Amino acid sequence: MFETLSDRLTTVFSSLRSKGRLSEADINATAREIRVALLEADVALPVVKDFIARIRERAAGAEVSQALNPAQQVVKIVNEELITVLGGETREIRFAKNPPTVIMLAGLQGAGKTTLAGKLARWLKAADHTPLLVAADLQRPNAVQQLQVVGERAGVPVFAPEPGSGVGDPVDVARRSIEHANRALHDVVVIDTAGRLGIDAEMMQQAVDIRDAVSPDEVLFVVDAMVGQDAVNTAQAFMDGVGFDGVVLTKLDGDARGGAALSVRHITGRPIMFASTGEKLEDFSVFHPDRMAGRILDMGDVLTLIEQAEQAFDAEQAQRMSTKFVSGEDFTLEDFLEQMMMIRKLGPIGNLLGMMPGMGQVRDQISQIDDKDLDRVAAIIRSMTPEERSNPKIINGSRRARIARGSGVGVGEVSSLVTRFFDAQKMVRQMAGGMGLPGTPGRRKAKQAAKAAKKKGKQRSGDPRKRAAGRAETPAGAPDGVPPGLPPGLGGGQLPPGFQMPDLGKLQGRKKK
Amino acid sequence: MEYVILFAVLAALIVVVGGVMFLRPARRRPRPPVEPEERPRAEAGEAPAATVEDGRATAPVIEKPPPVPSARVEPEIERPPPGAGRLVRLRARLARSQGTFGKALLGLLSRDTLDDEAWEEIEDTLIGADMGVAVSRQITEDLRTRVQVLGTRTPDEVRGMLRDELIKQIGPDVDRSVKTAPHGTRPAVVLVVGVNGTGKTTTCGKLARVLVGDGRTVVLGAADTFRAAAADQLETWGSRVGAPVVRRDEGADPASVAFDAVKKGMDDKTDTVIVDTAGRLHTKTGLMDELGKVKRVIEKQSPIDEILLVLDATTGQNGMQQARVFAEVVNVTGVVLTKLDGTAKGGIVVQVQRELGVPVKLVGLGEGADDLAPFEPEAFVDAILGD
Repeated sequence: MFETLSDRLTTVFSSLRSKGRLSEADINATAREIRVALLEADVALPVVKDFIARIRERAAGAEVSQALNPAQQVVKIVNEELITVLGGETREIRFAKNPPTVIMLAGLQGAGKTTLAGKLARWLKAADHTPLLVAADLQRPNAVQQLQVVGERAGVPVFAPEPGSGVGDPVDVARRSIEHANRALHDVVVIDTAGRLGIDAEMMQQAVDIRDAVSPDEVLFVVDAMVGQDAVNTAQAFMDGVGFDGVVLTKLDGDARGGAALSVRHITGRPIMFASTGEKLEDFSVFHPDRMAGRILDMGDVLTLIEQAEQAFDAEQAQRMSTKFVSGEDFTLEDFLEQMMMIRKLGPIGNLLGMMPGMGQVRDQISQIDDKDLDRVAAIIRSMTPEERSNPKIINGSRRARIARGSGVGVGEVSSLVTRFFDAQKMVRQMAGGMGLPGTPGRRKAKQAAKAAKKKGKQRSGDPRKRAAGRAETPAGAPDGVPPGLPPGLGGGQLPPGFQMPDLGKLQGRKKK
Repeated sequence: MEYVILFAVLAALIVVVGGVMFLRPARRRPRPPVEPEERPRAEAGEAPAATVEDGRATAPVIEKPPPVPSARVEPEIERPPPGAGRLVRLRARLARSQGTFGKALLGLLSRDTLDDEAWEEIEDTLIGADMGVAVSRQITEDLRTRVQVLGTRTPDEVRGMLRDELIKQIGPDVDRSVKTAPHGTRPAVVLVVGVNGTGKTTTCGKLARVLVGDGRTVVLGAADTFRAAAADQLETWGSRVGAPVVRRDEGADPASVAFDAVKKGMDDKTDTVIVDTAGRLHTKTGLMDELGKVKRVIEKQSPIDEILLVLDATTGQNGMQQARVFAEVVNVTGVVLTKLDGTAKGGIVVQVQRELGVPVKLVGLGEGADDLAPFEPEAFVDAILGD
């Protein structure tokens, strides 16, 4: 049920002959698919409608490129539009000329304001500011204590003169906090306010009063990435109520597609400034529009995957692994085991696969895999002798029986693992030859090729948006549509035109036999 | 560098997935027996409670004053109103949030001619309530067929039709009682789970109030040892109604806190133990495992009667994913839909109930201490459609 947009579009286009440009009918068919895809990603309906109108306009005039099939081309247009909308103007916090700079947080209950206040304070502190946290959430029981604990963890003082839990006047607290900040020489004041509903006029007035009392330099609207169609109403209500200058998306570490980001940006025109991606205080970063676009379209979050991988793997390991893949020949069960363990380290396999582009076709099968299967396979391999691992051909009947006993599985599973391993070995060889690292002249030069790729990667790993812009400038008619020397289209979460998952599909076909 | 790593990961993933997948079919069979083992046990525990509870959930018969001697209630401890019939009282608030939704649908259906555009608008309205594309499409189709069969459409007929359809979607014939009645000497155990910021702690506090209002005794377990001041928050709720809170230091093992809470409940012969857990995103395997452990450890002493998943009404399509994962890990028995007093419609619960068969049992309708009500489909739909 969770097909990706590109999969859907591929189905739409598969019935059509290749055409010079997209016809009216094609565009109508795609518009419906895009609509569903965006709605499934929780982009609000009015925003979807506007967005599709724009896509329609662009797609109608677009030349069909040599490199991309029509489906991919539409996805590319949608992706680019999303990035434009999401990242139109990213900006930093405006610091006041005369300190203190006042930052006020507002949002619904449970959006994550208090936690975010701590993260923001820690981030500011790391940037050589002297922030002060202000506990102006006197509504929720013990919100003040929570902020105090958070402040302590972040190493930032908390101004909390009132006990909270319904006692005290938040407006007064906010006002006094500015005086306090002036006295104690804090140059940034972060005011945590109570969660409130957009339609709660009384609470909204309170927010306005706080705003008027402290005249903040930035009012940040904190919104949960999981929020659905209501994002528009809420954002609009806050916009009309207190008004805000920037948006912070929280809970991005979940698997919500985060269409809310697009909705809020589109409705209010305010930039998304920060993203909060975890429960620890350091899980806080500046917002990346291109990643968000990929996420909304469910195109796989390759960049996040890379980041996770970089944390889990050391460079040497990765280098060894990719060299192995390119050379193909000496891929042994030992390597297979090592890779499997590396992948286990990365997290649940379903999540990883979810982050990969183009996995929609095999999603059903993926959902059946669980990490215990990896453990079983690992157990089988660990029951083999080193010699068997490096040369599985020698595994005969009695060895199989021994391995099966050792790992607590049936003999059948051992033998099918071995057969499958040969298949996999063949596949690795194919991959090295076929897809490989493009520009690899031959297997023997794999090392140099890997090095070249490494260099290339470094060159291009700067600002992701710049990279996206660079790609857009590549003439669409270029023979490959992607810069040479890279796995096709892996930059910026773009759907790789050359990259499909035929390998896995093939494996499945064989399995069914 | 990153491309090298990516390539390696990619290739390894393909190989590993391909390699592992074939082992599946052989293994499908032996696995299932694990699940059913737990089910009958839970149900056996629930059975006696259901009979007691049913009355309260379906009709406000038990509105008579709770049989607790008033002398036992200390002066500073509040006396919250009973749970039954609360939805009717909170109806105005529901109408505020959901009224536009019902009116828009009624308006559309009462048009003179229902062309494709009108039907599309109906679908859009449903999508706007977070029902999801597939569900909205199906409801629209159903309505369309009924309109065609019906022929004429007087306002009353349209209203009745829409009412039927919505009630059908919400599912009137599921057991929505919250199983909180003690089993002889053993207290009923309620475990509250959910992602961050949906209002678990608040729900625990409010639920305790509902139960005290119904004349029960309650022990609260602060198994949220992660979030700053979560235990304090629960304690504030508990002290308002005189419910003891079992807590530990921050960072303590939540399972042990839960264990102690249930133990205290048994020793003190209380009626119900409510265990609050830390918010966790369903994608965090480690945290989900921890939750599984909390459940297992509690079950060493007593079966869990009710596992409530707290869902925020503003949650979009991701709510389905949350419900699915939580249901897998801890076998959720009911949903609490919170923050329904805003503009959010919480349509995602329709999908949740459909796919997982987990009904909404309680709704949170505001920040007030007594704004948690047992869910009654008919009253709910009537509030949506207005009188």
